[in-house]
Amino acid sequence: MNIIVLGLNHRTAPVELRELLAIPDSRMGEALARLLAYPGIKEAMYLGTCNRVEVYAVVEKGEWGFRKLEDFLVATHFSLSSEDLLPHLYRYSDDEAIAHLFRVSASLDSMVVGEPQILGQVKEAYALALTHRSSGVILNKVVKKAISVGKNVRTNTRIGEYAVSISYAAVELAKKVFSNLQQRVVLLVGAGEMGKLAAQHLVNHGVKEVLLTTRNHHRALTLAKRFQGHAVPYEQLRSTLPKADIVICATGAPHFVISKDDIEGAVHQRRNRPIFLIDITVPRNIDPAVKDVDNAFVFDIDDLKAHVGHNQDERLKEAETAEKLVKEEVGSMVAWVRGLEAIPTIVALRKKAEDIKNTELDKVFHRLGEVPEKDRQAIEGLASAIVNKLLHGPLVTLKAEAQSQNGFAFIEAARRFFELREREIHSLQSQPIDPEMGHEASEESLSQKDGL
Amino acid sequence: MSETLSFLTMGLYFGGTLLFLAFLLHRSEVLSRVSVFVAGAGFLAHTAALGMAMVSTGQVPIMTFRGAMSFFAWGLVLVFLIVGLKRGLQVLGAFILPLAFLSLVSATLAPVEADAIAPVFQTVWIHVTLSILGTIGFAVAFVAGLMYLMQERLLKSKQFNVLYFKLPPLDFLDALNQRSILFGFPLLTMGILTGAVSAQLTIGSYLNWNPEQVWALITWVFYFVVLMGRVTMGWRAKRAAYLTIVGFAGVILTFVGILLKSPQPIAHL
Repeated sequence: MNIIVLGLNHRTAPVELRELLAIPDSRMGEALARLLAYPGIKEAMYLGTCNRVEVYAVVEKGEWGFRKLEDFLVATHFSLSSEDLLPHLYRYSDDEAIAHLFRVSASLDSMVVGEPQILGQVKEAYALALTHRSSGVILNKVVKKAISVGKNVRTNTRIGEYAVSISYAAVELAKKVFSNLQQRVVLLVGAGEMGKLAAQHLVNHGVKEVLLTTRNHHRALTLAKRFQGHAVPYEQLRSTLPKADIVICATGAPHFVISKDDIEGAVHQRRNRPIFLIDITVPRNIDPAVKDVDNAFVFDIDDLKAHVGHNQDERLKEAETAEKLVKEEVGSMVAWVRGLEAIPTIVALRKKAEDIKNTELDKVFHRLGEVPEKDRQAIEGLASAIVNKLLHGPLVTLKAEAQSQNGFAFIEAARRFFELREREIHSLQSQPIDPEMGHEASEESLSQKDGL
Repeated sequence: MSETLSFLTMGLYFGGTLLFLAFLLHRSEVLSRVSVFVAGAGFLAHTAALGMAMVSTGQVPIMTFRGAMSFFAWGLVLVFLIVGLKRGLQVLGAFILPLAFLSLVSATLAPVEADAIAPVFQTVWIHVTLSILGTIGFAVAFVAGLMYLMQERLLKSKQFNVLYFKLPPLDFLDALNQRSILFGFPLLTMGILTGAVSAQLTIGSYLNWNPEQVWALITWVFYFVVLMGRVTMGWRAKRAAYLTIVGFAGVILTFVGILLKSPQPIAHL
């Protein structure tokens, strides 16, 4: 049994590739079902953000699991081949996989270290896994812990203070085109998180007007209230473009929403006044060819990354503190996961032995009829001694090896030798073995869905 | 004494140019302050030199080609010190100071004959002053256009380097470009008109179609079209930047023409 992660991020793969792998929420159920259909994959979670695509899974054998996850990713888009994909993938298993997830949710692996969105995105990915019942005992523990580590890092280090998020880089770029944002009209297309954040930054800089449009007009109306702006029907997007100085596109649509022709027309109507466009989601919503239009300036997420790179140095020190925090948590989590696996196995093993002993004793006493109390105690004692002596070695070994690198293998072996079925173990596990569970359930809203 | 000051000015402008170019390529607050300081010192020396020349000759020292170029350079640096320091745009210096320095150098290269400006009529200095002030406007527009194109290219190619961080926003550069032309154009217009009046008073005709006059008229028409194009056809931003660079190239050609020309008076620029 291994926890593994296979993925790619902004460092290992270009935006074009990342956007091919994006799976919309509406199709997540189907995707997760496809993952679990591989016989050796026990649990799975898909984390897809603008900057990363990662599949977390609990599998029977690590190496085999990685190959299945590769197959899964290649199959997400018809135009992908494994040759395109493999060079961009990273693979982590067990300790490293847990450490990676913790670093991700602590925003240490982000394009912008300390950016606040990733924690919410991990929560969403976990909620989807819960909804589609693809997470199980192990992922539930690990992901919930990852989320609490993320919160912990955010509250106990100053990493968030420096979190000039990607959306803020958009504001800084806009200021290189427009010296005074207060006379500018912003058009927000779509309701993506990053887009809303960028719009919020611009509102904080006192832009003159905010226009909003989304495919679902009700959503635009709600957003309009939040930004004190005006909702524009989605059909009027093209005719609204010339009014906007700054366009932020974050629709989550898998195709271009704004074409080169649209922008050529808009710039013409604006009589060559510059128009500034930010394409903040993956897949991209603005045709990259827009960059060839004079007086139109379009930036995608990779450009924002390049821009952010310049003031990231100062954040490194806080990041070091955060890394230390994460490291400590990873250590205790790894031990915890292993212990958690060993304890129910030990409990189940003991119970099984105890059940066999009692059944056999009942049979014997039934056959013997009246037995003097002294003999009865002697027989019971004999049975207990045999059971205890026989189990002593395996139990001690299990307890000791549970903390080792191959802990899962020993547990797996014990389960097979003693024919402990998974259901028996998991039913026992619902007993409060771990003191942290109660604590987490109270503060984690997500854990309400845990019962699913 | 005046000579010494002139050399000092040139030296300081040259030093300032080098410092500003270094400032352009490095992240250093010290460089910014030192280069502004050197430019300021150069400006003071320049002002003193002009003042002394004025006292010794008893007139505004612009009646020679050299004097005119010197006055042009002085005005440019003044604009930099006002606009650049008021708006915190030290980066302007990296473009204006080299231009000022080159103007002074080109003035020293002028043949002695070119110094001869026919002091035929006392009011000619008004014509020259107005023309030079107009030219300063076009020079600043040129600098703004150049900076616009650089920043535009950096933004388009997504090169977020030191230069990108130092150059001002595009709309500021476009506005500076427009304002400079709006400043320069009326002055040039009046310069041409007073020139024509002087010509009428000296030679007896408003226009005698000498090359300087023709170039001046072409320049005037060009900038008129640039201004009208912006208002009526949206010739702003990148196009305006290109046009003002071309326009200023024309202005420089006029100057070069004067410079290379025979001892004929240049009273009618």
